Amino acid sequence: MNTLIAISGLGILSLLAEIFNGRKAIVPITIIGLLAILGYNISPYNHLGTFYNNMMFVDKFSVAFTSLFIVVTIFLIALSHEFYKEQATKISDYVAIKVFLLAGAVAMVSFGNLSMFFLGIEVLSISLYVLAASNRLNLRSNEAGMKYFLMGSFASGIILFGICLLYGATGSFDLMNMYQITHSVNYPQWYYIGIIFLVIGMLFKIATVPFHFWAPDVYEGSPALTTATMSTLAKIVAMAALYKISILLIPTQTYSFQMIIVCVAIASMIVGNIMALRQNNVKRMFAFSGISHAGFMLMVLLILNNSAGVLLYYATAYAVAGIAFFAVVLYVTKGKDNETIDLFNGFGKTHPLLAAVLTASLLSMAGIPILSGFFAKFFLLNQVLLSGWTVLVIVAIISSIISVGYYFKIILAMYTKDSEKDLPNNIPFIYQVVAILALVINIGLGLYPSIVYNLLG
Amino acid sequence: MNVSFILILLLFGTFATYLAGDKFAKTVALFFSLASVAGSIFILNQHNAGIDESFMINWISNPNIYIALKVDGLSLAMLLLTTVLTSLILFSSFGNNYNNSKSFYALVLFMSFAMVGTFLSADAFLYYIFWELALIPIYFIALIWGNGDADERKRAIVKFFIYTLAGSLFMLVAFIYLFQKAGSLLIGDLYAIRLTENEQFWIFAAFFLAYAIKIPIFPFHTWQANTYQMSPSVGTMLLSGIMLKMGLYSVIRWQLPIAPLAAKTYMDIFILLSVIGVVYGSIVALKQRNLKKLLAYSSLAHVGLIAAGAYSLSFDGLRGAVLQMIAHGFVVVGLFFAAEIIERRFQTQEISEMGGIRIQDNKFASMFMIVMLASVALPSTFNFIGEFTLLYSLYNVNIWFAVIAGTTIILGAVYMLKMFQHVMLGEQTDKVFKGITIQESVVFVIIIAVLLFFGLYPKPINDLITPALQDIVTKINKL
Repeated sequence: MNTLIAISGLGILSLLAEIFNGRKAIVPITIIGLLAILGYNISPYNHLGTFYNNMMFVDKFSVAFTSLFIVVTIFLIALSHEFYKEQATKISDYVAIKVFLLAGAVAMVSFGNLSMFFLGIEVLSISLYVLAASNRLNLRSNEAGMKYFLMGSFASGIILFGICLLYGATGSFDLMNMYQITHSVNYPQWYYIGIIFLVIGMLFKIATVPFHFWAPDVYEGSPALTTATMSTLAKIVAMAALYKISILLIPTQTYSFQMIIVCVAIASMIVGNIMALRQNNVKRMFAFSGISHAGFMLMVLLILNNSAGVLLYYATAYAVAGIAFFAVVLYVTKGKDNETIDLFNGFGKTHPLLAAVLTASLLSMAGIPILSGFFAKFFLLNQVLLSGWTVLVIVAIISSIISVGYYFKIILAMYTKDSEKDLPNNIPFIYQVVAILALVINIGLGLYPSIVYNLLG
Repeated sequence: MNVSFILILLLFGTFATYLAGDKFAKTVALFFSLASVAGSIFILNQHNAGIDESFMINWISNPNIYIALKVDGLSLAMLLLTTVLTSLILFSSFGNNYNNSKSFYALVLFMSFAMVGTFLSADAFLYYIFWELALIPIYFIALIWGNGDADERKRAIVKFFIYTLAGSLFMLVAFIYLFQKAGSLLIGDLYAIRLTENEQFWIFAAFFLAYAIKIPIFPFHTWQANTYQMSPSVGTMLLSGIMLKMGLYSVIRWQLPIAPLAAKTYMDIFILLSVIGVVYGSIVALKQRNLKKLLAYSSLAHVGLIAAGAYSLSFDGLRGAVLQMIAHGFVVVGLFFAAEIIERRFQTQEISEMGGIRIQDNKFASMFMIVMLASVALPSTFNFIGEFTLLYSLYNVNIWFAVIAGTTIILGAVYMLKMFQHVMLGEQTDKVFKGITIQESVVFVIIIAVLLFFGLYPKPINDLITPALQDIVTKINKL
């Protein structure tokens, strides 16, 4: 609970820093603050349990995911300073919005009441709408923000409608009450309709097929750092929230519900990967790759019993690979009108180190061993196979093979083509640090997967 | 000291090579490679003295995964093959100049690391990781330092990568399935589980996909010829000399003992596919105009025979397979090295543009001829012993298999001698063939010495691998 308060306080602090003329210090102070909050979050002082009349419900699950979100946010904020260099006057806004976004994210995994959950999702989404449209002189950024806002608010409406139905069925927003009611007494049939609406709204936020149409356009139009935030942080937040909802609010998984999840997962993996093959824009490609990864993560809903660790591991692996990827993409696409793969031509010769980092994170996403992405897929498929969905495993394997095709497009461009003009090798120091740190975490997770995997065992 | 030391040595060597800089990279790489040979020989001595050098610690507690390395005659033979051939291949590349050679040699050593790991692993998960890791360096070696048109090369190499990755992912699914049956992935536990025939069939099929692509067995061979042709010769030697042995070794070590029932039931089909590969490879080789491609197809024919022997499930078949794996490793490195020597001087791989080399360099011609004759299994060479044992095991299954597969020797003689005639004999062309250097001849001398020595006296290798193979044969026939 205190974690959420501290994060919100930090957000206000970084807004205030503007007034006190502390623009230069804002990024370091926020990072230090977040590190302190991270330390508090994982320390024994952070009490588990319920707070404020069950509004918040903090357990190991929410602590673990909160820590992951904080780490990802630290990386994203570290990239901010360099990325917003030209707009230095606005840096405090950007940083503050990201911190508030984190507050929304924390609320989304530690809610004890559906109103708190909705509050969290709105804080997160509105921050993202603003960030998507934040490059206000750029037409594409405006379009992205508008599109995301329209579609996103529609999805929020659907979620709200679902929550209303749940309230009508159980007479409560409180998760404890709802849990007891759904597990003991009879409840009206529209409870399930409410659940379906809620799940549909969340599937939209995660960007799974058939609710994925916004993702490529919004990812492409938004400023690159916002794309990074959406694709790494927002996606894993929504996935964790959906997991928590499913585990608490769905009393028994009917076969038809499982079938829906299976179909959505299969469709996401296949559509995401096949569409990604055809993309020439790195951000769009990453959007489709994210859709396919969402399909992978969705599989944990079929194995709710002991898959929190699997989801945590998968989300971590996906996020650190994404961070390393974007640290390089931010540098390469800086000042460019579009983000075609051609920009990477000859990158292997001009920037051997960053090229190696990018290669490794792409290999991780493709699921090549020793990198954490492989273990994530291994743990996941292991559990799915145990639950008996062999078809799903086969589809996952086939889509992994397809995914190699487009991940390697970038690798091929870096190592086999020559760049037309010589790129000067002036990588901002902070980009290098973030990229390498993310890669180190990636490899570390691969060498010692138990560290994360057993946290929620 | 146990066997994990060799892995650490090679991994450390990878970094050392990279840090040594372009100038010293190859010397450092060769040094570490030779050190790993020394280590392997030490392990061999320990093994012969009856000391078990296996290594095992728990890596991931949940799910239950070990870092387990197993030393027995079979894995030792492969370990020695890998380390010795890597050293030879590294030494053979001294005549070339690669740009960014520190990365190049580091990748070669890293590949050697991954392949040694594959051969030693006794935990399926670890094995799978090494198996996949070996793919990364060869991908970059072939892609960046390869020859031929860049776009064509890219297509060939990506095809190779996706093919092999696709196959091995199905193997991973099979391992996950087995893991849920056995509760661990240690090879002993996997041997111990009893699967129904239907389960065995699917497991066997998933393994087959991975291994058939790697070996390659007809009809999964389409990546091979182009990849061999486009890779730099070091890559081709690594691929054909060692890497495809990973597939054959895995058939013996993992596929057959885990799914013996399926192996027995469908034996004819798999032998048939392998034998088709033998005939097909030989016939296509007859038509080739490109030297490296011809050698690639001849390699396809030879490994087809090895696979057929392994799938015959008899002790003789497995023994012949292992002997021939070693023999083929040396011969194919020798042949591709000869092609490389010619390419260094003539800048071409087309057979039609060669000729008259014997007149200019007698020594090279005779060494090439010995290696070439070894590859067509002339008696008194190591390959003769291998192929003879293999054909004998096929004969015990069905005489027709032996007869058809036996054509490989005849056809092999035809295309090899034809190739030799066009490449080495004939009128002198206007191109000048500079005599081969001492460095180059040292590689040949070593290869020829190995081939002739074990051709006349195969007992040491035979003694080494027999206990391990007998163990595996009893596991196959355990029912």
